[in-house]
Amino acid sequence: MTTDGIGAAVRRKEDKRFLTGKGRYTDDIDRPGQAYACFVRSPHAHAAIDGINTDSVLGMPGVITVLTGADATADGLGLLPAGWMIHNKDGSAMKTPGHPVLVTDRARYVGEAVAVVIADSYAEARDAADALEVDYTPLPAIVGTGGASAPGAPQVHDDVPNNTAFDWCIGDKSATEAAFAGAAHVTTLDIVNNRLIPNAIEPRAAVGEYDQGTDITTLYTTSQNPHVARLVLSAFVQLAPEHKLRIVAPDVGGGFGSKIYVYAEETVCAWAARKVGRAVKWTAERTESFLTDAHGRDHVTKAELAMDAQGTFVGMRVKTFANLGAFASLFGTATPTYLYMTLLSGQYRIPAIYGEVDAVYTNTVPVDAYRGAGRPEATYVVERLVETAARELGVDPADLRRRNFIQPDAFPYETPVLLTYDTGDYDKHLTAALDLADYRGYAARKAASAARGKLRGVGFSSYIEACGIAPSAAVGALGGGVGLWESGTIRFNPTGNVTVHTGSHSHGQGHETAFAQVVASHLGVPIDQVEVVHGDTLQTPFGMGTYGSRSIAVGGSALVKAADKIVAKGRKIAAHLLEAAEADIEFADGRFTVAGTDKAKTIQEIAFAAYVPHNFPEGVEPGLDESAFYDPLNFTYPSGTQICEVEVDPETGVVEIVGFVAVDDFGKVINPMIVEGQVHGGIAQGVGQALMEQAVYDLDSGQLLTGSYMDYCMPRADNFPDLKIGLTETPCTHNPLGVKGCGEAGAIAAPAAVMNAVTDAIGTSMQMPATPARVWQALQTVPALAAE
Amino acid sequence: MSITVSLTVNGKAVSKAVEPRTLLSTFLREQLDLTGTHVGCDTSQCGACVVHIDGTSKKSCSMLAVQAEGTAVTTIEGLAGADGTLHPMQEAFRQHHGLQCGFCTPGMVMSAVDLLQHNPAPTEAEVRDWLEGNICRCTGYHNIVKAILSCADAQRTPQAAQ
Repeated sequence: MTTDGIGAAVRRKEDKRFLTGKGRYTDDIDRPGQAYACFVRSPHAHAAIDGINTDSVLGMPGVITVLTGADATADGLGLLPAGWMIHNKDGSAMKTPGHPVLVTDRARYVGEAVAVVIADSYAEARDAADALEVDYTPLPAIVGTGGASAPGAPQVHDDVPNNTAFDWCIGDKSATEAAFAGAAHVTTLDIVNNRLIPNAIEPRAAVGEYDQGTDITTLYTTSQNPHVARLVLSAFVQLAPEHKLRIVAPDVGGGFGSKIYVYAEETVCAWAARKVGRAVKWTAERTESFLTDAHGRDHVTKAELAMDAQGTFVGMRVKTFANLGAFASLFGTATPTYLYMTLLSGQYRIPAIYGEVDAVYTNTVPVDAYRGAGRPEATYVVERLVETAARELGVDPADLRRRNFIQPDAFPYETPVLLTYDTGDYDKHLTAALDLADYRGYAARKAASAARGKLRGVGFSSYIEACGIAPSAAVGALGGGVGLWESGTIRFNPTGNVTVHTGSHSHGQGHETAFAQVVASHLGVPIDQVEVVHGDTLQTPFGMGTYGSRSIAVGGSALVKAADKIVAKGRKIAAHLLEAAEADIEFADGRFTVAGTDKAKTIQEIAFAAYVPHNFPEGVEPGLDESAFYDPLNFTYPSGTQICEVEVDPETGVVEIVGFVAVDDFGKVINPMIVEGQVHGGIAQGVGQALMEQAVYDLDSGQLLTGSYMDYCMPRADNFPDLKIGLTETPCTHNPLGVKGCGEAGAIAAPAAVMNAVTDAIGTSMQMPATPARVWQALQTVPALAAE
Repeated sequence: MSITVSLTVNGKAVSKAVEPRTLLSTFLREQLDLTGTHVGCDTSQCGACVVHIDGTSKKSCSMLAVQAEGTAVTTIEGLAGADGTLHPMQEAFRQHHGLQCGFCTPGMVMSAVDLLQHNPAPTEAEVRDWLEGNICRCTGYHNIVKAILSCADAQRTPQAAQ
């Protein structure tokens, strides 16, 4: 291991600009002559728009124009699409009404953009937006997941009966029913996976600009995937053809999924810039983020696990109602289906699994992928079931897991729910986690807690995820509308330093460092001679962007392929310059050497020769600049075990996390410092879901009651103990780096670990979030405790 | 209507006409182009906008520019040395990976610097408690806490930090 190559905890190249206030986020960008947009939003969850009196504000100071859905329709703007087609059980297609960028007939959720005011300053735009007269006829609204498909529920879309977008299933129903019929024990749980709001600390923002001279529209925006945004805005919204549209996603302040999607506001900024002939800027106020960023999770589930008399799993049956919000967002339909129920096998050998999902439209903001995207929901189902089963059987939860783990010699392992796991060693990370958590000492700690009047509990979560999404052909076969490869370009400059262009996008993950480590290691150049460029459709090759923990596994692998091409070409040039046969040239540590001699050329000398090809091999093109596209052969399958210990105060219901261990198998690790940081952050979001976070809509009015940081509880520094992180390693078998991805694991596993611990402590099952009031109420239902 | 506000920002005297309703954070970002001070919420919870006013950390989104009349303001851009040497707290954040997306970072660093001014030897619990007013969505706070404790150690025993 070198000091800056693969495996080294290299300090991040991007940090200096962030630490000195020199980061360049979208809201930091101002364009000459820029105007500002402020959106007029529906105050109703469901209402017909009877009229918009634009004359009411056109004369106000600074106001340039007011645009409505009628203007968008007149200009031929298309609808924001769903990107993943799901089929019903009967084979028919799902129902996906498109999402207009501005409401045309009726508003379908609180905060939906009805009109936009463009003005000289944001203050003037906002003054006018507040004053705009809109006539609404409020309509009955439905926001609850469970009741949306019930007879008589208000209809979100006239052409979607029972608000049901699709009813989908996976697995073998009859085999699963047979397994349950013969089972010795069945564990059943009713689970609510609480609705979350992603809350990247940088609010979404956009600056649209149109150059009449070149006919090019440029959109600076907070995106995790600028090329995907360009594709959607061109092919579906018809904003501009792809070659006349440039998307720049500069420094982006966190995404967690919420910045994958193409939203109305960003689209409107680009469109309005063309209409008013000036750049147009919008930055979300935090309340707008709460109201309009795609939310996450929101499942209501009944889950059952069947076992034989020895506690061996024989079957699993799951039925979920998933809330899509008012419209199917880009990945909103894939998240509660192929990213969810394909993971129901967990780390276990379960011969028969059957699952059903009914996805419903409601009068709420669209729901889409949020850190983990379906896999946290799956892990929560599996790991809550397994731990509950252990409790019911009187078996140690670790032992029940071990009894049912897929064994290391069983890989590749085909699950009953579509996936083929390539590799893993689940007992290894469970054992490591037990050691790190000092599980043997738990009984003594529990007794000590009891002596202080506290209820102590311990909970496990042994998760698996499918990352590095994914083979394009498989994605297409399952209904995905895109290919999910990644691109990369390695460009040696004549003076020997390297510019790397990647289709991945970094918004906190440290790609400028980790990707530089990959390239530096493969080409033997110092890391400070490698610059990673991302986030601009004009500068980078078409790329699919960053989500689903895919960047190092797919984007990193593309760079390895490009590096291999660089070395192959360099070998030809070196052979010519060193007057040796190409087969005799060896490459290591940045030097091309004639085998068995001390004759050598550095890769920098080869790069110079490639750009100043005075003495060059015949038939070889000048330059040293190679691109590659990498389409993975399979998902990657990170796995791990988290163990959480909590102390509950029975007087107040306050849950304190007193111990937290995570041992993950991410395959090969490029930068352990960055990987641990990703785990820390994921755990914090998972703990947030388990203990404090929940998006709450008023069931009658459809108003979002958690619309600010005063109402939606975000995890703070004092909610956490010192986190203990460990790593095990079974390299991925099918990508050149052996990597699996680490971005989501923490958030995927933590909710189950925390809630299993809370359940252990209080002796009864409850739904997330385990806030003090809810825990206290749950405690009142436990006879032994209530009597005390 | 506009009012002239005069103050010192990062050691330089500044005098500008502002609308009375202009927030200090807006003034710094839009009129002085000091975009290192970020705005992450509109209810003064997130702390991305923390600057020092006369040496004490304040949320610049929660006061008007005119209220800063006559004060000395330090923003994240004014923390490093003139030669670009990082402030020890900035260096500690870099060494301990106390930042990911970087958006909350300026406020975190400015807040942490103020903590050590008040309490040069905080316990881990005191650091976590102090950060109540700064929200980070990326790091789980783990490495931020480590960075601050490490900076405190280094400031008390400069040799040991070398």
